[in-house]
Formats: sequence, C-alpha cells, structure tokens
Amino acid sequence: MFDSRELRHKVAIVGAAETNEVGVLPNHSQLQLHAEAAFNALDDAGLTLDDIDGYAGVAGAGMTEYLGIMPRWVDGTSVGGCSFLIHVSHAVAAIAAGYCSTVLITHGESGRSRVGTGGFPGGRQTPGGQFEAPFGVAGPPTMFSVPIAAHMAKYGTTEEHLAAVSVATRQWAERNPRAMMRDPITVEDVLNSRLIAWPLHLLNCCLVTDGGGALILTSEDRAKDFPKKPVYVLGRGESTMHQNISSMADLTEWTAAAKVTGPDALRMAGLGLEDINHAMFYDAFSHTPIYALEALGFVKPGEGGPWFAEMNSAPGGTLPINTNGGGLSYTHTGMYGMFAIQEAVRQLRGEAAAQVDGVKTSLVHAPGGWFSATATLILGNE
Amino acid sequence: MVSMQKPLPEPTPETQEYWDGMKRHELRIQRCNDCNQGYFYPRPFCPRPGCHSRNVAWITASGKGTLASYVIAHRGHPAFEAPYVIALVDLQEGGRMMTNIVGLDEPTPEALPVGAPVEIVFEDINDQVTLPKFRLA
Repeated sequence: MFDSRELRHKVAIVGAAETNEVGVLPNHSQLQLHAEAAFNALDDAGLTLDDIDGYAGVAGAGMTEYLGIMPRWVDGTSVGGCSFLIHVSHAVAAIAAGYCSTVLITHGESGRSRVGTGGFPGGRQTPGGQFEAPFGVAGPPTMFSVPIAAHMAKYGTTEEHLAAVSVATRQWAERNPRAMMRDPITVEDVLNSRLIAWPLHLLNCCLVTDGGGALILTSEDRAKDFPKKPVYVLGRGESTMHQNISSMADLTEWTAAAKVTGPDALRMAGLGLEDINHAMFYDAFSHTPIYALEALGFVKPGEGGPWFAEMNSAPGGTLPINTNGGGLSYTHTGMYGMFAIQEAVRQLRGEAAAQVDGVKTSLVHAPGGWFSATATLILGNE
Repeated sequence: MVSMQKPLPEPTPETQEYWDGMKRHELRIQRCNDCNQGYFYPRPFCPRPGCHSRNVAWITASGKGTLASYVIAHRGHPAFEAPYVIALVDLQEGGRMMTNIVGLDEPTPEALPVGAPVEIVFEDINDQVTLPKFRLA
C-alpha cells in the first residue's frame, strides 16, 4: 500500500488570491469571476497561464475553454462545497506522481447576481448558449460531427471510410452474444441508412441503451491476492480543451490526444505503439476512432480512413479494435467509457466473448463531450 | 429536453459589445494587440496558447471569411426546418464562429466546399437579438 505520509512536504501552494472585490458584483459573469481570481493568483505567484499544466474546478471544460489552456492534469470533481479541498488533495498526489507540475484551481460563483450561470443548453448566457445554440445544434449528432467535413477536405476521407468503421466494428459484435446489434452489415447498408447530419448516417451513430459497469482497483502488492488475473494500469493521460465544438483547436486532428494523452500514457508505460496488442477507441460516431488512430500515431494524419477500410481493426486484422462491438453495435448508455475499459480487462484476462489470442497490452482511449475531454489508459497483464 | 422554440442568446458583460454590434449590423470582435490576431468568442484576454495577453481591443470585422467545416442537419433541433447547415466560419481578421449557411435552395456537400469564401448576413430575430448568418460569397 502507498502511505500518504510519503507525500508530506512534496507540494506547496505558491499563489493565493481572491477576486478584486467580493460581495455584490453584477458586472461580472461567473466565468469572469473565475478568471479574475485566476489572474490575481497567477500574479501573486509570478506566473502566467502558460506556466499552468493542471487545472481543477467544478466548471470543468468550460473554464479551460474560457482561459484557453490545455492542461495535462484535470480534476472536475464536483461534490459541493468541499470540492476545492478535494481538488487540493488530488493535486498533491498528481504532482507527486509527476502527472503535472503546476496546478491552477479556480472558484467563481455568481451566487447572488446569477450572471452567466447555468449549463448548456439551458443557460442562455453560457458561451454555448450565446454562440452555438442559436444555430440549431441539438446534441452530439450535430456537434461531435461538425469537424468531419474539414477532415474530408484536408485528407480525402470519404463516407465509405466512415462506413468501414461501422462495418468492422459490427464484425466483432457478431461474435458477442451480449451485443445489441449483431446482423452483418456492409458499407452500402451504412450509406443507405438515413442521414442524421451529413456526413453521418444512422449506422455511423452509436446506440442509445441502458447499462452500467464498475471497477475495483488496488495496489500492486495486494493485487495478486485476488481471484482474477491482475490488470495493471501501465500508463495514463488526460486533458480537456474546449466545451463548444467551435472552439476545437484543430478540426482535422484530435490535438489533446496527439500532444498530451497519448504521449503521456506511452511515456508512463514505457511502451511504444508497436507494443500495443489491442485497443478500445470510444466510438460515439464512425469518425471518432479515425481521429483516435491518427492522433495516437498508429497511422499518419489522413491515413485513418483507408486503414479502417482495409479492415485492419476487424477480426483477423493487424490491430483488433472495439472487440466487444463498440458503442456502434454493443452498447452505449451515454457515457460509454466504462464499457471500453471493461472489454479491455476481459481481453487481458482472456475471458472476452471474441477473445484475441495473446493480448498482453490494451490501449483504451476516449473522448468526453465532442473531443472536449480526452483520456488514455494503457493496461497490461504482466 | 430540447425546446420547440429556437434558442436565443442572452449577453453577459464581456459579450455585450458583440451583441450590441449585431443590432447595428456590425460584427464586433476582439483583437489581441500582442499577437495581432482577432479571436472569438469575446472575453477580456487573448485565448491563444503562448499569448494570453490582456492587451486586447474591439474592432469591427469585415464579415468576410471562409467555410471551415459544417454538417447538414437532417435530424436536428425541432424548431429548425431540416435540412439546415450548421457551419464554422474562419473570419478574415482571425477567430472562428458557429453559424448557419443561408441562401441555398438545397444544401448539399457539392454546393458547400470547405474553404469556400463566405460573407455575413445579419438576421434580425427581434428587438433585442440579431444573429450572424453567412452565405456563399
């Protein structure tokens, strides 16, 4: 077991400040209050936003978008008034572990004047409420999908490539009795399914289901005492960048995956991509695994579509991906990442419905929102 | 639940100038005096990594830009008549904004090449709100 005393004296608060005034501040939106406190604390510490590589606060991605930062450690823990104490606690552990070097924690709340409070899409004063909702975005199919046309224009990615992702994933679902959609499909079937938001057809979109999952983790020294073969966390990476798709840094790449989560996870694990036997790429829509494959470096930018069209991810392919049938064909409750981890664990234990031979490592990679948040795990069984 | 009415924005202190400009049919955005680029949406500092300057100023943009990406929504917001185009436009002065592309008889991928020049059309919604829409230039 780890002993928290080992962290004693390892991390210090080097900047602290409040907003210029506290009290009744109707000329500040809630986000401005966060930012004003943040700049005051940065001034107090003699730092700039570019010195910050970790962020904690209950406003999550909305605040990283507003500030224009892309941290490599985040804690969005939102459990009420004690949240900020917990953020500090987490930050100590994260810094001691080397996940990040400099953490910014902000609190801003227009609790009295109620200016700029409330979440999208309910909040007409939020950035999303002001600058996206009026144009008719209506959930993931019309938000997550917006970057695709730019990828198609830059790289020649086609609707057939997108369809191939759905076809390859369905081939795994055919082998999984728990999968919701198990009938074989072709590229033509995908293209002939009704349009949801061009270039996405119905069969390019994940399912909407009920379900759940849970994990129990413990320290390595205890892990061998449990009945099942241990699955070790070898690497991890995390980031958030934007909340609104119009603030995505580069429409043609999953920037946070390419620059932060993939490299961080691989470095921590001490592995190269050639060491990865199996992958789970959260497939909210057909383009999501294409962006993941390219961002993580398995192929060059623009080669993701053709790679999937060659059925490299399908049974018998060079890198088995989404072997449970994915969000496209297995299940998708809304926050599917748990199911991606569950399948990686099954593969590493050797108990998957569509078991791949000789899996020693699995890379699990997922977005939150619409490429808004990003996380990568590398799991292993040795 | 998604409302049957079209969602409308409500300004905040740091965006008020933008929405006031809309009413005058002016595209008011902010420009960073240190990295010399426009940005969007309005906030009192430059959001570009590596800059983050607070030395920024309001400018009136030309309303010209290029189509960065888009979808043609066939099953979108119930208050919108499908199909309609949800687009991102890169403004000539810098900054990227979401909008609708209007003035097309039938939106198709062929009619909407990424990179196409576009220009602003001010759409008066009511006494308080004017929205920026764009058409092919």
